[in-house]
Amino acid sequence: MNWPVEAILSFVAAGAFGIMFNIPTKTLASCGFVGMSGWLTYRLYFMFVGDSIQATFVGAFIVALLAHLLAKRFKMPMIVFSVAGIIPLVPGSKAYNAMRNIVESDFLEAIAFASEALMISGAIAMGLVFAEVLMQLFFKQQAKRLQKKIGLSQE
Amino acid sequence: MAEITEPRRELALDCFLLAGKVMMESGAETYRVEDTMIRMAASQNMTDSHCFVTPSGIMFSPSNELPTRFVRVKDRRTNLARVAKVNAVSRKLVSGEFTLREAYDMMTEIDQNDYLFPMWAQVLAASAASGSFFLLLGGRWADVLFALLIGGIGFYLVEIFIEKTRVKFFSEFAASVVIGALSMAAVHFAWGTELDTIIIGSVIPLVPGLLITNAVRDLMAGHFMSGLSNGAEAFLTAFAIGAGIAVVLAF
Repeated sequence: MNWPVEAILSFVAAGAFGIMFNIPTKTLASCGFVGMSGWLTYRLYFMFVGDSIQATFVGAFIVALLAHLLAKRFKMPMIVFSVAGIIPLVPGSKAYNAMRNIVESDFLEAIAFASEALMISGAIAMGLVFAEVLMQLFFKQQAKRLQKKIGLSQE
Repeated sequence: MAEITEPRRELALDCFLLAGKVMMESGAETYRVEDTMIRMAASQNMTDSHCFVTPSGIMFSPSNELPTRFVRVKDRRTNLARVAKVNAVSRKLVSGEFTLREAYDMMTEIDQNDYLFPMWAQVLAASAASGSFFLLLGGRWADVLFALLIGGIGFYLVEIFIEKTRVKFFSEFAASVVIGALSMAAVHFAWGTELDTIIIGSVIPLVPGLLITNAVRDLMAGHFMSGLSNGAEAFLTAFAIGAGIAVVLAF
């Protein structure tokens, strides 16, 4: 596998999706960066562990984490950064194969592909949620510490 | 708590509802819309306001005594620049940088403009996305031209069909039939070799990624109605695409 080429391609893909979703122009590069990190994480994990469901979870987790940090930095909604990064992880080829097998009346094969696609979609969802909960816990604690420091704590 | 005069209250309500409507039309998550509206209300001394947002309409009640207002959300179209702009205005209103009047004027301006990238840029982006995905999925460099071309054409067709027919699912179905047919033609009459990868790459711009993420986040935030309806829309879109390709593959 060719890492630099994959990095550039996933950067371009995420940026292009940013244009299709019409995100603010100055965030295009960061959006591409989020997509690139998500895809490279997915590929690395897949290479070492070989399980595409776990790999998708980790990829989605990284995407959501980076999107949160960038959202804080740019003071913009998180969705601006996360949407384009999620797209490369969507199980397009699994869903396609499932549909193709249905057309060819090979239903057993189709069910196998479809359930894998479903599991991967679930992994994306869980990755997003985990990252969100983690960030919320982290920032809540940070805010509390700050409040205590300046003597504003509610207790 | 300071008393709010009648005209000022009406202006405030107009401002909140406009903000909610623009955000909902442009593809923001439901819980963010509610959060924004409640925050804006709190900054205008309406501390016990309630708000109920669905993908097709927004209800907002400023307090127990005052009448509830309702606004309908009509055309939804992904446009995250507008979400970011409304977010910025509401932030400034809450922090006191903008007066209510200024915020309302800004909201009206955002409502009237669409801040879209030009059509050619979007088509080019769709085609670039298709080409990149084709290669990321392991396609051969010799076939990348087909993915670039067909992806761009497919995205453009969806936009045209939506404009003409106003039925989103039909547009996606028709466009994916064309994508399938063109990919078949590329393999049979030109030097294309990998039908599956070309089709997957070209279909990628139509994938309902935003709907899926929004559905998940809404469900997790407890907004079951919006979550389920966004999920249903995502499922129908995926189904339309799949059916379109299946029609071609069946021949």
